[in-house]
Amino acid sequence: MKKLLGKRTLKQKEAITAFLFILLPLISLIILMYYPIIRSFLISFFEWDLLREPTFTGIQNYKTLFKDEVFLEALGNTVHWVIMYVPMSVITSFALAMLLDRKLKFAGFFRTLYYLPVVCPIVVVSLLFVWIYNTDYGILNFILSKLFHMDPIGWITDAKYSLFSIAIMSVWKWAGYNMLIFLAALQGIDESLYEAAALDGVTPSQLLFKIKIPLVMPSIYFVMLTAVIDAFQMYTEIFIMTKGGPGYSTYTVSYYLWSNAFEYSKMGYACAMAVVMFVIIMAVTLVQNKIMDKRIEV
Amino acid sequence: MIKKKRSNFFAYVGVIIVAILVILPFAWMVVSAFKSQRELFAFPPTFFPSEWKFENFTEAASRGSISFVQMFFNTLKIAVPATIFNIIFSSLAGYAFARLKFPGREKIFMGFLAAMMVPFVITLIPRFLMFKDMGFYDTYVPLIVPVMFGTPFSIFLTRQFFMTLPKELEEAAIVDGCSHVRIWAQIFLPLCKPIIATLTVFQFQSSYNDFMGPVIYIASDAKFTVQMGLSSFRNSFTSRYDLIMAGSILALIPVVIIFIICQKYIVRGIAMSGVKG
Repeated sequence: MKKLLGKRTLKQKEAITAFLFILLPLISLIILMYYPIIRSFLISFFEWDLLREPTFTGIQNYKTLFKDEVFLEALGNTVHWVIMYVPMSVITSFALAMLLDRKLKFAGFFRTLYYLPVVCPIVVVSLLFVWIYNTDYGILNFILSKLFHMDPIGWITDAKYSLFSIAIMSVWKWAGYNMLIFLAALQGIDESLYEAAALDGVTPSQLLFKIKIPLVMPSIYFVMLTAVIDAFQMYTEIFIMTKGGPGYSTYTVSYYLWSNAFEYSKMGYACAMAVVMFVIIMAVTLVQNKIMDKRIEV
Repeated sequence: MIKKKRSNFFAYVGVIIVAILVILPFAWMVVSAFKSQRELFAFPPTFFPSEWKFENFTEAASRGSISFVQMFFNTLKIAVPATIFNIIFSSLAGYAFARLKFPGREKIFMGFLAAMMVPFVITLIPRFLMFKDMGFYDTYVPLIVPVMFGTPFSIFLTRQFFMTLPKELEEAAIVDGCSHVRIWAQIFLPLCKPIIATLTVFQFQSSYNDFMGPVIYIASDAKFTVQMGLSSFRNSFTSRYDLIMAGSILALIPVVIIFIICQKYIVRGIAMSGVKG
């Protein structure tokens, strides 16, 4: 280092030091992030099973992909998931934030408690809910039969309910996280607005729909779009709870991609899937960033 | 005033109902872990076990393909180097981006920022092929290396923090002929203890909770991490939910301890990032 910095101006010395400081992170960024993105695009134009040499097939993988019923069903499941999960998740976490956004005793304790599921490993949560959802011995079916005399439901073994059951679990796991985001937004609202509203005799429902919700709208969009991005990448829950089944009812795009790459060794096909997901997710992310920028300005 | 009191009463009721909904699944995990197998499948089910079977825990800890202690140890082999080196390299880069002038600084920083938005699926397969070609399949290298040389998130966080520190801090040191490495190590690092705490918690948790990484790269039982070993319970102990729940509790203990001790830093991390931990 002494030699490198020897007879140079202070400015040059500073620049060289800076490059040395960022050198390893930069190399790591290029080799493990940017190069793989390009390589995914390239591999997606080949047929490659890792045993033989890859053969160039042009856009064949993409053509097959959009005729592949499992892939289309996985995409459909993702859309279905978003329609089901996003409203449940947003309403639940917003309600929690509203509850805690007042001067309650022990508010800090409850906030911590509600956050606890967020830090739990997803493997643990998935195993726990497999047991809770068990058709014959699960506590959920027992409670429902006692309270409402309902027949046992195959929460994750019946294709009608499987995706919904996982969505309920996700609400339980992530509500605390979104709650914190909403809580921060609600607490950021200027107190004087409430005072003015009280003077004008605003009703509680007006306060909610005309003042609070519009002001935290950027956070609501943010939470919604994050949920959409996560929906495409959902993997561990599926792997542990249902392996995509019953039938293909809980296949997600990530799970199907993983099976293609690491079970059937269809590298080119899996990369084509990754590229499609990449394009969709980047589009959603760009919209999300626009909203984030706005949020920061507020 | 009376109105306000009444609405607070309903708020308390609401808060407690939600608390019960949060706690109930955890409670069910705990009581199930202590039950005998016969009681687990009894009808009608009991809530509290008639006989608390502590043996379930020793059995869960030892009956997997490898012991829980070994799985913890394996996980630490990944999480500890990944976390420590990540903080060193990220804060060095963060210092350079915050304090040093060099050509292309803003553009390179944007290159790091943009990487935060890249979904992992797009890098998954080429990374796998690369590590496999280099002979690192079934080693911890692919799980440590992508984190250890600094991640965009950590670099971003340390840079933002260094930017808020006053310039005078290092000016005297520079006049005295102090090198930037020493300024970083002796002035900046000691000041950013809260950030280091936040990063440690986040990084450790993400290594500890990671499931897809080990599933893709680790093949031999002896190298299983906690999450992997636990997930294999589902196949090897079908319907032994007493053991699965006991194992889940064992896997949960470190996370909950860290959460209780460091919750201040976790909340701060979320406030600063909006990134899932």
